[in-house]
Amino acid sequence: MSASGAETETPRRRVSLMATCLADAFFDDVAQATVEVLEHLGCEVAFPEDQTCCSQPAFNAGDWPAARRVARHTLDVFRGDDAVVVPSGSCARMVDHGALLLFESEPDRPAAEGLAHRTWELCDFIVRALGVTRWAGRLQARVAFHRSCHSRGTRYAESAMTLLRSIEGVEVVPFGEGEQCCGFGGTFSVGFPHISRAMGSLKIDHVLAAKPDLLVSADASCLMHIGGLADRLERPLQRRHVAVVLRDALKATRPATERP
Amino acid sequence: MSTHPGGHAPDAVDLFAAAQGEERHAAVRLGSKAGHEKRTEILNRDYADPDDLRRLAGAIKQHALDHLDVYLPRAEAQLRAHGARVHFATDAAEARERVLAIMRARGALRVVKAKSMVTEEIELGPFLAHHGIESIETDLGEFIVQIDDDHPSHIVKPIIHKNRREIANSLERYGLGPYDDTPEVITRRARAYLRNKYLTADAGITGANFVSAESGRLVLVTNEGNSRFCLAATGCHVALVGIEKIVPRDRDLGVLLNVLARSATGQQLSVYTEFMRGPRAPAQPDGHEEMHVIFLDNGRTGVLGSEYREILRCIRCGACLNVCPVYRQASGHAYRSVYSGPVGAVLSPLLAGGDFATLADLPKASSLCGACNEVCPVDIPIPDLLLRLRDRAQQTKDVAGEASAAASAGTSMTAWAEVATRPWAWKGALATGGLVNHLPQALRPKPLRVWGQSHVQPPWRGGAFRKWFAQRSRS
Repeated sequence: MSASGAETETPRRRVSLMATCLADAFFDDVAQATVEVLEHLGCEVAFPEDQTCCSQPAFNAGDWPAARRVARHTLDVFRGDDAVVVPSGSCARMVDHGALLLFESEPDRPAAEGLAHRTWELCDFIVRALGVTRWAGRLQARVAFHRSCHSRGTRYAESAMTLLRSIEGVEVVPFGEGEQCCGFGGTFSVGFPHISRAMGSLKIDHVLAAKPDLLVSADASCLMHIGGLADRLERPLQRRHVAVVLRDALKATRPATERP
Repeated sequence: MSTHPGGHAPDAVDLFAAAQGEERHAAVRLGSKAGHEKRTEILNRDYADPDDLRRLAGAIKQHALDHLDVYLPRAEAQLRAHGARVHFATDAAEARERVLAIMRARGALRVVKAKSMVTEEIELGPFLAHHGIESIETDLGEFIVQIDDDHPSHIVKPIIHKNRREIANSLERYGLGPYDDTPEVITRRARAYLRNKYLTADAGITGANFVSAESGRLVLVTNEGNSRFCLAATGCHVALVGIEKIVPRDRDLGVLLNVLARSATGQQLSVYTEFMRGPRAPAQPDGHEEMHVIFLDNGRTGVLGSEYREILRCIRCGACLNVCPVYRQASGHAYRSVYSGPVGAVLSPLLAGGDFATLADLPKASSLCGACNEVCPVDIPIPDLLLRLRDRAQQTKDVAGEASAAASAGTSMTAWAEVATRPWAWKGALATGGLVNHLPQALRPKPLRVWGQSHVQPPWRGGAFRKWFAQRSRS
């Protein structure tokens, strides 16, 4: 995207932000960066106040009746026609895939399908819904991109990589066993702590071996697990959510190329 | 299988992984990683879009399963027309009795066996031994398992958990010569021992990788040629076949054999592929006199009629084990059943029938990363099936054992749902959750404590985003 040209042609579009419960509780800057990135792209961002969680914790734990209650609440909060943008591949997949399983033989299935069709992971929304493939701004950094597992079967990771690679100064560095899970898995990391830790440590080994300046992911949950483990092991590892990377790159742009 | 260690606490798989020695851990992790890398390399080298091929193979298998009522009788008719005797066994006990009856009728006392997961499933070897029939495993890996009184820990590579030093020790213990861990020596010794067994065997027992309904052809793939010896040197061939092995036509094998070998062992085609549909015809100089095919149900019909039916597409390639991060850390024995890894976590509890509860922890032993689905040659949505099984386990309150971390984190989420469906309660929790920052580790709720032992928690910033958003909306 060459500075202003393509951008100004992007129609102003109303989107609803699904901030995610993790951003609500721990990572407010991820949600804030998402708003700033979307507004930079000319979107009008709404934040439905009553939102809580996508229901995934109960869904994965096997308590589907509880998950259905929370997922119904989410369907209700995000009713309407607006695109819903989520700065998390995991929550996006809960809405566009998990909820369809959850409501497979329930009357809510059409509503779940409706929300599934207009829910987007942030980078995927930028690249595939808005058609933006070049990101303005700069960041001088070697970046290791953790392809979180919920990107499987989607183009989320491809979209995030497209944007990251287009940032001036960013060098995306590959690392070993990139297709492997970091070991978070929500309650899995609590119920199976030994295996989860071993998976996380392996991920940290591979990432550090690539000597990146930053570990970037589109999922705050993976970063919380990998980062929390690295901190506990006292292995220095800078990590940043992709929304924050995109926002900060814009801030580093010279005023002349910035969007008004 | 109660003989496996680990019990069935909700976190049994994790406990098993934690107790495992470093040598085992390394053997399994590196062996499965290498298998995955070979598979990925060859599929991407040979096909422009391997995913397309996986979906096609999945569609073929699913079609056969959806119309098993047509294809199974068709296969049976073809086999009978070519002189084979066909039997149906509803459960493991019936299948074992069938085999025993066939052996007794022929006065058979010595049996050579090719590798077959179904015979593991029905625990045929120990049963025959109990009835005075010697049954020798002829696949090298299975042979080591047998002489060690061990269990296979991988669907394709039964001794992935052993390194060559352990294997050399096993051969020495069994009296096949002094310790020597040179791979060639190990192979030569096993081979010399097994050759003799083929020559004196009264019957050969195999499984089948596929059965074509169109022609009745049984298809067997191996890399060691042992199945061929099991057939050639004996008067009687007994094949034990799960009913899900049926494919509609011979030409479907063109797709399935190609994905099987590549997914299982990173080969374009296995070294030996045998097709057979009956005993020796009168005009043929060699071959076995008698052929029996025992189609085994053992819970499969129940699975076929359920929301887990896609798991029956499985062609036992082991690719999901190789890629699975949990399998790599825990090894196959952690799953306490014949089928391990992601496919085992679905199939084993289902085939356990009334004993579902004893294996209901397996579907939870997954981070739901989905790598299994991504590599599956028949595109089975394993993570979705694991999730459904978690729901089933929860609904029937089937998970036995004490309240462990997994149980407390994974059982009732009602209290959480109460908060997450009431915006005022949610916002209140966000505000007061800040207390978490100030609680000493020991006072925190259990999941947080478990987490905190190995992680530095991020600081609580509950509600901060909402405040920011509200403020800028006002200004």
